[in-house]
Amino acid sequence: MYPVKEEVIDKLKILAESAKYDVSCASSGTTRKSTPGGIGNTAGWGICHSFTEDGRCVSLLKIMLTNHCIYDCAYCINRRSNDLPRATFSVSELVELTIEFYRRNYIEGLFLSSGVVRNPDYTMERLVAVVRDLRNIHRFNGYIHLKTIPGASEHLVQQAGMYADRMSVNIEISNEENLKMLAPEKDHASVFKPMQFIQQGVLQSREERNKYKYAPRFVPAGQSTQMIVGATSETDKDILFTSASLYGRPSMKRVYYSGYIPVNSYDSRLPALKQPPLVRENRLYQADWLMRFYEFGVDEIVDDKFPMLDQEVDPKLAWALRHPENFPVDINKADYHDILRVPGIGVKSAKLIVVSRRFARLRTTDLKKMGIVLKKAQYFITCNELSAANVNETSPTYVRSLLTQSKVNKKQPHTSQTTLIFPE
Amino acid sequence: MLVFRYDKSFDGLLTAVFDAFNRKSFPEMLIGMNDIEPLFATEIFDVMTDDEKSKRVWSGLKKKLMSVSQNMLAYVWLSEEEGSDMLIFRYVKKVFENEQSVEMNFADDDVLGVRNTAKRVNTEKHRMIEFVRFQKAADNLYFAAISPDTNCLALITSHFRSRFADQQWIIFDTKRSYGFHYNLKTISEVTFENDILFKDGRLDEKLMAEDEKIFQNMWKAYYKSLTIKERINPKLQRQHLPQRYRKYLTELQD
Repeated sequence: MYPVKEEVIDKLKILAESAKYDVSCASSGTTRKSTPGGIGNTAGWGICHSFTEDGRCVSLLKIMLTNHCIYDCAYCINRRSNDLPRATFSVSELVELTIEFYRRNYIEGLFLSSGVVRNPDYTMERLVAVVRDLRNIHRFNGYIHLKTIPGASEHLVQQAGMYADRMSVNIEISNEENLKMLAPEKDHASVFKPMQFIQQGVLQSREERNKYKYAPRFVPAGQSTQMIVGATSETDKDILFTSASLYGRPSMKRVYYSGYIPVNSYDSRLPALKQPPLVRENRLYQADWLMRFYEFGVDEIVDDKFPMLDQEVDPKLAWALRHPENFPVDINKADYHDILRVPGIGVKSAKLIVVSRRFARLRTTDLKKMGIVLKKAQYFITCNELSAANVNETSPTYVRSLLTQSKVNKKQPHTSQTTLIFPE
Repeated sequence: MLVFRYDKSFDGLLTAVFDAFNRKSFPEMLIGMNDIEPLFATEIFDVMTDDEKSKRVWSGLKKKLMSVSQNMLAYVWLSEEEGSDMLIFRYVKKVFENEQSVEMNFADDDVLGVRNTAKRVNTEKHRMIEFVRFQKAADNLYFAAISPDTNCLALITSHFRSRFADQQWIIFDTKRSYGFHYNLKTISEVTFENDILFKDGRLDEKLMAEDEKIFQNMWKAYYKSLTIKERINPKLQRQHLPQRYRKYLTELQD
């Protein structure tokens, strides 16, 4: 090990500041066993080690190798025209930091990214050097998420994939025109090509491992990507259709949505926002969940008539209110897939319902105890007893007003109530 | 009202189940050896903990339950929650009284209760895996203090054993005053006479490895830099990282 110097702390601060806007933090999707003489293992389920003041989890050492960059992307804090402190880690510094943090159980592994220096291939080579050292010299079995530099060539992606658990290339802007406007040096080809390389590698290794048990694994936790929300004119429909087509590819595991944070507010190509569009970002994640875990098709969530997600209610409730003809669902008889579509019932509670109703007919009190959000669900179900006014007996507009009203009431104190006035 | 008195051990509880079935009468209440006898008790039966009896009950359960469900019972015991022993008792009684399996009947209060209590223990187990913070001592031993609500320490040792197989560590539960020490080969229980070596869970600086303070400072600096000011959301942070788990987190100590 190399001696640690205090100046590494300064570098660490600078490069963490530069890396923090990438939202991905997952450490899940694959397992690595501990090996004799090696360090660590990978659990398979994600482990978050801490949570920052903004409520985001810290799972991996999310860091940049350098924040020097030759590009000038308008949405990026590290663009070359920004006047900010720049720093570069040496390979050995970063390797030591990762291992020492890991041994203290601060982190699950490394999430390494970099600004582009000289050219994409040169940068990618440096990134590969770090992960190769970690895996080959230190026999590190923790999680490694490696950012692929847009425009990197195939052989480097191939090398990187042998060491990384997950790789990612960020689309950032789903409309190519808008991307070119904000990031003149980038285009969609430079993003989708490396994605394609990763996918090929994954498929090839899968095939080889079918034949030979010990054939090397390639990016076993698949790839992810990220889109910035609210910096350009894309609708939620544009964004979600892009996600849906990405999820259609065999190796794409996660799409992240990053509410645009005005880091370069002086740039007139970008909108002036008072605060990042956090509600919109949250709705997009909910829609993403509907596609991944709730068997929803993307065209059920957004379409030409409703290109933007409803900010007031969550996308599942919004869908139910648009389709009252599918309700009420009979909790004691309906198919699992139909129960899953009821607002207020999640995957776990839907499964609990299906296994429990074989013993006895379920009542609303049972549902409540199982953790179903009856406040929402009551308008969309019937069970063993007389039901509350459901969405068909009343109207979707009425149910909507009931469900959104209460929020307002909580925030505002009762003004209608008579107050006692004492004369002075 | 029939009351069973036992030694508040898991084996004692299983013995109580055995005795109840043996005498064909079931208690409405369980009390410990030093608990005050309830006024309205009609009979108090003293359970003599017997490993043979408890083993028979446990292996009987093994035949009737999926291993997941049986594990849940052990988790419920570790919850140390008020009334968790009676919950286990009622659950086990239901298991033996019913021909068919009751494990999936979550409309039953006890079945759901066992699941939910076990889930709370499991959640805390995962949280402890997340929030253990090792401090490196000069003799290359890594020390961490925790103080969980439930007695989940024994559940996390296997994780740390396989992850940090090549480093010696101690994880110590300050609330229950015991810990486990991994010596590169085996894990054994340890106790300390006092906490003078690790006041408030922090290793005495004289015992620390030379570079320990530096890495702690680096981690603190890194943690601080990661926050996005525009998104500050203490409520969300509290939800994931409740106040009571914060005292031993290096990054939140000053």
